[in-house]
Amino acid sequence: MIGARSVEADSSGGRRGSRIVKATVLRLTLLTAALTAALPISAHAQERMAPARGGLEAKLEYCKTCHGLSGQGYLGYFPMPRLAGQQPEYIEAQLRAFIERRRTNPVMRNVAHVLSPSMITALAMHFRHLNPPPFGGAPRGSIATGKRIYEEGLPESNVPACSACHGTEGKGQNEIPRLAGQVYQYTVGQLSGWKSERGQGTAVDTSAIMAPTAHNLTRSQVEAVAAYVSSLQ
Amino acid sequence: MKRIGLKIAILAIFASTVSSWAGESAAVRNCTWCHGTGAQGYTVAPRLAGQRPQYIMSEIRNFREHARNNPFSKQYMWGAVAALDPHTARDLANYFATIQPRPANDGDHTLASRGRTIYMDGIPEANIVSCYACHGPNAEGVRDIPRLGGLSYSYLKGRLEQWGQGYHSTPGSPMPMVATHLGPEEVEALTSYLSFVK
Repeated sequence: MIGARSVEADSSGGRRGSRIVKATVLRLTLLTAALTAALPISAHAQERMAPARGGLEAKLEYCKTCHGLSGQGYLGYFPMPRLAGQQPEYIEAQLRAFIERRRTNPVMRNVAHVLSPSMITALAMHFRHLNPPPFGGAPRGSIATGKRIYEEGLPESNVPACSACHGTEGKGQNEIPRLAGQVYQYTVGQLSGWKSERGQGTAVDTSAIMAPTAHNLTRSQVEAVAAYVSSLQ
Repeated sequence: MKRIGLKIAILAIFASTVSSWAGESAAVRNCTWCHGTGAQGYTVAPRLAGQRPQYIMSEIRNFREHARNNPFSKQYMWGAVAALDPHTARDLANYFATIQPRPANDGDHTLASRGRTIYMDGIPEANIVSCYACHGPNAEGVRDIPRLGGLSYSYLKGRLEQWGQGYHSTPGSPMPMVATHLGPEEVEALTSYLSFVK
């Protein structure tokens, strides 16, 4: 409502303009279109451009546009992973992997290559301290199965317990990522396509350690583990 | 306008997805009166043809709850959806989604390739995000994220400008944040590109 008033004020520059607006809204859409063309593009749209384009705050806002306004993750055309509470070393390692094309992702390659090392560190430190509730939306039926795989592994399939490295609460450590609260669709996508998504250039990339484990999990086991970790706070 | 209404009524009758003829064709006609023949969009009223059904339903909810609050929404859509029951809203959304969309083609051709680059890559140096990440490689949308490909230049431009001016749509949407970083030239290029996407 406030918005509507401000546009009338913007468009009028006086009484005559607002009379035109009033008359036009009573007519058919065709006429209103002609008027839209006459509405001046709001000057403050340009004034409100981000003040410091190179600054940390602006960059954080940029990250959160896709990764969720609290870093909790988001489902766009692609699932965007949760960054909140993530291990800073992991974030830094992955951003480097995007830049060096060891991790292939058409969007993140462009995002990462403009980040300076100090910006990367600052971003990673910021996300570490965020703690929004999980994004949610995972199927709940297989959570118990997922918990068992997470805590005990699948010895018969050479799948170690996830908790051994990622921690019993799924918080990760150093370059081992936090999984707690991770967006379900993201985890499913990574684990089911590990070889193509991750670990390019295995000699320098510790994510290669996950390749056999991801390979040994069936699709339904992947879904169960992903559902379980997505539910962890 | 009467003639357009008639055409829509005929079109609606031939559309096999419409289950209860009398009721739904009247509801469809109420929409296409402004949204154009075949729901292809008409001046300021956006094309509904081919739009994601979940998006249409979500916007109907936003109009009803007055969350989407730009001047045309307030003037037209708040009233238009006030008496729309959820069942009819769903049927309308599913119906419009099945109509083959036609691109508006009303943007500036010379800006289209620049617009495509912004759409795909964003401008990371200026904190402008990639549209592709959410709206998909061909701007087709997904779930309640709208199809943008082929919507009219003027409609898209208006929406992007309004977010920059502080108007709202879906609560929690990242779009106001996206829009504040786009300058006028970037808006021109993006919306021009999108208007040509088939």
